[in-house]
Amino acid sequence: MSHSASNFIALKTIWIKECTRFLRIWVQTLVPPAITMTLYFVIFGSIVGERIGEMSGVGYMEFIVPGLIMMSVITNSYSNVASSFFSAKFQRNIEEMLVSPVPTSVIIAGYIGGGMARAMIVAVIVTCVSFLFADIQIAHVGYVVLTVVLTSTLFCLGGLINAVYGKTFDDISIVPTFVLTPLTYLGGVFYSVSLLPEFWQKVSMANPVLYMVNGFRYGFLGQSDVGIGVAIAVLVGFNVLFFGVAYYILEKGIGIRS
Amino acid sequence: MKALEIKGLRKVYRGGFEALKGIDLSVEEGDFYALLGPNGAGKSTTIGIISSLVNKTAGTVSVFGYDLDTQLADLKRQIGLVPQEFNFNQFETVQQIVVNQAGYYGVPRQLAKERSEKYLKQLGLWDKRNEPARSLSGGMKRRLMIARALLHEPKLLILDEPTAGVDIELRRSMWDYLTKINEQGITIILTTHYLEEAEMLCRNIGIIDAGQIVEDTSIKRLLATLSRETFILDIEPGHNGATIDGFNHRWTDDHTIEVEVDKDAGLNRVFEQLSEQQVKVLSMRNKANRLEELFVSMVEQGRQKEAAQ
Repeated sequence: MSHSASNFIALKTIWIKECTRFLRIWVQTLVPPAITMTLYFVIFGSIVGERIGEMSGVGYMEFIVPGLIMMSVITNSYSNVASSFFSAKFQRNIEEMLVSPVPTSVIIAGYIGGGMARAMIVAVIVTCVSFLFADIQIAHVGYVVLTVVLTSTLFCLGGLINAVYGKTFDDISIVPTFVLTPLTYLGGVFYSVSLLPEFWQKVSMANPVLYMVNGFRYGFLGQSDVGIGVAIAVLVGFNVLFFGVAYYILEKGIGIRS
Repeated sequence: MKALEIKGLRKVYRGGFEALKGIDLSVEEGDFYALLGPNGAGKSTTIGIISSLVNKTAGTVSVFGYDLDTQLADLKRQIGLVPQEFNFNQFETVQQIVVNQAGYYGVPRQLAKERSEKYLKQLGLWDKRNEPARSLSGGMKRRLMIARALLHEPKLLILDEPTAGVDIELRRSMWDYLTKINEQGITIILTTHYLEEAEMLCRNIGIIDAGQIVEDTSIKRLLATLSRETFILDIEPGHNGATIDGFNHRWTDDHTIEVEVDKDAGLNRVFEQLSEQQVKVLSMRNKANRLEELFVSMVEQGRQKEAAQ
């Protein structure tokens, strides 16, 4: 059997294993985002949103839907890979892969595939929930798919890097709490950055999540605070950077080989 | 063909500890090889490097001609590893664990499922195939790790203390199984603390201590170097005054004698003298495993040499 055929089987195996894992614990992985996002829709969309009126020329509910879907994608991509890889490292079953001939790039792709599968299922659930609250239109399906895939990949890679460096379970909750959540909330999920003073608009431009949320929002509404080309370029750039880092640390065996 | 060839292998851990000081080792195809050594001698580091879980500092390793540095993927395909500690996902089922492992080696899923039936049945785990691994007993978990290591049908099986903490009955059934697969052509390397295990199973042996190979030879040749053995004789009560001239001996209680016997001298003179004194010998056994005596003396000699230098 050729190495590429063997690697494809290995990739499929990691992907099936990862999907089996999050589906086995679906109450912990798929239900909470549905509940959380329903609460966001009810509180920010229906109750508060009605008093806000329009944002960037659309109803507030329509405005926040893409951001909330993207927030779920970011959180679930990251936490799926971080917790799965760290558990494998903690229980030492990562050694099952390390002793086998699976190339590093296939291990990374397998974990991305698992994290993305969970993120997409959650995204579909959240989108279905949003139909109960708003009339959702999609302006550019291609951009919706492209931005969500690139964002999910990026945060899967982020979760993987975090899990490789993490030594305790606390270490893999620090980044989501102190980095991801603030960046997401300040990334224009609930507001248009054009509402901010000029100085804070410039500061916001340094937040990569802003480009993801706005790129995704462009796909839905056909308008956003940043150009779609810039958003895609930022996403691709970060993906290349994070893949490079993940590949380097796994290839070197940092934190997983003596 | 050499199943394993190691030359000048060194490992210096971060912090400066030199676990391996340039060892050379070779294992022939089809061999059943024991790697013995006290705790911290470098056995697990050696196995870790062969299976690429530990990065080496210097030296070369090849498995069935595949080089660790330049043909890593091919080298890994030749090896099945049974580590010392349980390292599978405790929440996955028995069959998921073995089928997934085969998948990492490129075995198609359907074929992996068929093989899982074969190996899980051979190792008495087929009935447990849908149980999560955490529900298995310690012995079952050990057998699961053997099944997992065999599913991609490696040519070299490496077992790091496979029978540690396993009861005697299960240990013997594992010995039978390992002997059987070795006869079918799989080269086996095992590390063990049970010297009886090495003596019973293996044809060749390497003794490692403080990161150096102290001995690398056949078990037969090694045992032939043993010049003296100690026997324990159980005596019918009432004869504890009996003596055995020409042999170091002592009464440990009123019905037990320990006698040291030179290999050349034989046991006949011991029994002749006891018979002349009307002493009835009820039973006899070796005081210690023969290999154990050799192992202890070799490790001690090695340490004395090192201290002298």
